[in-house]
Amino acid sequence: MASLGSTRRTFAPWADPTAKPYIRFENVTKRFGDFTAVDDLSLTIYEREFFALLGASGCGKTTLLRMLGGFEQPTSGRIFLDGQDMKGIPPYRRPVNMMFQSYALFPHMTVETNVAFGLKQDGMPKPQIAERVARMLKLVKLEPFAKRKPHQLSGGQRQRVALARSLAKRPKVLLLDEPLGALDKKLREETQFELMDLQCELGLTFVVVTHDQEEAMTMADRIAIMDKGKVLQVATPAEVYEAPSCRFVADFVGSINTFEGSVTKAGSAARIRDRSGAEFSVADAGAAVAGDTVWLAVRPEKLRISRERPADAENALDGEIWDIAYLGDMTVYNVKLDDGRVVKASTINSIRRLEDALTWHDRAWVSFSADAGVVLTR
Amino acid sequence: MARLFSMIGSRLVIAVPYLWLLVFFLVPFFIVFKISLSQTAIAMPPYLPVFGLEEGVSGFVRNLRDLSFENYLWLFEDALYVNAYLSSLVIAAVSTLLTLLVGYPIAYGMARAPAALRPLLLMLVILPFWTSFLIRVYAWIGILKPEGLLNQFLAFLGIIDQPLVILNTTSAVYIGIVYSYLPFMVLPLYAALEKMDYSLIEAAQDLGCPPLTAFWKITFPLSLPGVVAGCMLVFIPAVGEFVIPDLLGGSRTLMIGKTLWDEFFFNRDWPVSSAVAVVLLLILVVPIAYFQRAQARAREEES
Repeated sequence: MASLGSTRRTFAPWADPTAKPYIRFENVTKRFGDFTAVDDLSLTIYEREFFALLGASGCGKTTLLRMLGGFEQPTSGRIFLDGQDMKGIPPYRRPVNMMFQSYALFPHMTVETNVAFGLKQDGMPKPQIAERVARMLKLVKLEPFAKRKPHQLSGGQRQRVALARSLAKRPKVLLLDEPLGALDKKLREETQFELMDLQCELGLTFVVVTHDQEEAMTMADRIAIMDKGKVLQVATPAEVYEAPSCRFVADFVGSINTFEGSVTKAGSAARIRDRSGAEFSVADAGAAVAGDTVWLAVRPEKLRISRERPADAENALDGEIWDIAYLGDMTVYNVKLDDGRVVKASTINSIRRLEDALTWHDRAWVSFSADAGVVLTR
Repeated sequence: MARLFSMIGSRLVIAVPYLWLLVFFLVPFFIVFKISLSQTAIAMPPYLPVFGLEEGVSGFVRNLRDLSFENYLWLFEDALYVNAYLSSLVIAAVSTLLTLLVGYPIAYGMARAPAALRPLLLMLVILPFWTSFLIRVYAWIGILKPEGLLNQFLAFLGIIDQPLVILNTTSAVYIGIVYSYLPFMVLPLYAALEKMDYSLIEAAQDLGCPPLTAFWKITFPLSLPGVVAGCMLVFIPAVGEFVIPDLLGGSRTLMIGKTLWDEFFFNRDWPVSSAVAVVLLLILVVPIAYFQRAQARAREEES
C-alpha cells in the first residue's frame, strides 16, 4: 500500500492531439424494441487508460460495455478496437475480457480450473497454463484457495477469482461491470486501490461501469457521465467535479448548490442576479451573454459558514440553520434562506471542540468567493 | 411439559410418512416376498400357505419348513426370465437415452423461451396427463398400424409404397416409451436449465468458447442433476413397463413386466411371479440408490 502513489503517473493521452485512440465508438445507437438504450454516442478511450462509465441504472452504460464485449450488436454506428472494426465479431474472438457483475464463476469448477478456462480454450500447453494460473492466483492472493469451489468462497474472494479469470488471457482491454458492487464498503475501498495497482502493473486498458461516483472518482483516469443513452461529459475526476458541463453532471457527482439567475454582466468579473434579487459576483461567466438564464453552481465545501457576515465576502447570503449532519471529519449545515431555499455548506472539523459552535435555529451567513462557483448554461 | 409435547409432536410428524411407507410399501413387499417363497397349489389363493397362524404353532413351524428359494433358482434356470430381465434393461436403457435426446432440446428451448411464454409451454408438457395413459397408448396403435395414420401419411407423401411394419415390433415399444415418459424427462431437465445463470454462458464465450463448446463445457455439466433425475424417472418405471410392450410390442417383445403378467394371470403361478417381482425390485434398487446419492450430493453442493 505504501508504494501506491509511486506506481501512478501523469497520464493524459486525451490532451495529446497526436495520440491514437484505442477504442472508438462512432455514432453508436442501440435500441431494444422502442427503447433507446444508447443514443448516437461517440467516445474515444486511449490505451492504458482506466476509463469509467458512470451513470444511474438504465442510463445505457452496461449496454455500452456489452457492445464492446460483443454481447450486444449496435443498431447503428461502429465500434473500433485498436483500429479494427468490431462489427460482427463474436465475443469469443474479441481481444477483450469481461468481469461480470455477478462474477459468473463456473460453479462446477474449482478456482484453479475457472482461472485456467480461457487458457485451455486457447489451446495453451499445460505447463504454461499451470504457470500462468499460479501467477494469476498469486496476483489476487488466492493461492491457498486454488482447489476450492466458488460456493466455498466469500464474496471478496469470488470477486478476486473473477478478476484473475478475466485477466488470465492478458486481454488488450478488460471490461468490468460494477466490479465492486457486491462487496461491503471497507472491502470495496481496499479493492479499488488494488484494481488501480493491477491496471498500472499490467499496463492494460480498463473500462469500468459503475453507478458509484466515489468509485469512479477514485479509480478512473477519465469518467464519462451518462444519462438516457447519451454521454454528458467526459473528463478527469477533478474536471468533472470542479467544472461540470451541466446541471445533471454537477448534481450527479457530489452535492452542489445551484442558484438560478440571469446574467447582468457577461465575461470575466461577471455578475449574476438570482431569483430573489441578490447579485453574485462571478470570476468568469464563460460563454453566457447578458440576459441569459444560467445556474451558478457552488460546492458545499466552497461555502463558508459564520455568525457574522465576513468583511471580505464577495458573495453572502443569510438564513437560519435548519439541519446539521455531523459526519466526523466534517459537518454539513443546511441553511434555510428567508425565501425558503436551502443551501448546503460543509466545514472541515479541524478543531476538536469548538466553543460557540453553530447550532440548530441559529442565524448564520454563508459566503463564497467569486471563483468558488461555476456558471452552467444548461 | 411444553417441551415434552413439542417432542411428541415432532415425533408424530416424522411418524406419519414412516407409517405410510410401512403400511403401503414395506408390508405389501413382505407379503409378496412371502408368497415368492411358497409353492403353487390348487387352492384359494393359489399357493401353499406360509406364515399363517391358522393351523396353530406346529402348523406354522411346518409351513416354515416348506418355504424355499426354489422359485428364485427356477428364475435363473429358465432362460426366459434371464432374457426377459436383460431385454427389459436394454429396452429401458435405450429408450431412456432416446427420451433424453428428444427431451433435452425441448427443455432447453423452454428454459430459453421468453419468461411470459414458459408457463404455457410447461402446461403443454403436462397436458397429456389429463388423458388416461391407456387411451394414449391405444391411440398409438391407430397411428402405427399398417393401415394407420403414419403409413397413410407417408404413402400420401409418396415416401413409401409398402406400409411400414412398426406396430408389434420393438420400435413401437421405443416410440411408446419415449412418448409416454417424455414429461418425466423434460420437467427435471427444465428445472435444472431454467435456474442456470445465463451470464455463465456469456462468461464462457467471453473466455473464447464458441457457443457449442460453451454448451458442452458449461450448460451440460450444470444440467447433470436434471439429466440424472430425468433418466432415473424414465428408466426405473420403463424396466417394469407392462402396458406399452403388451399393446404396441406384440408377442415378440420380451419384457419382464409382461412376463410377470403372463405368469400371474395365465399360469396362475403366484409364487414364481412374486419371485420375478422381488428380483425386479432388487435390480432397480441399485439405480434408485445411485439416484438418491446423486440428489443428496446436489443438495449439498447448493447449500
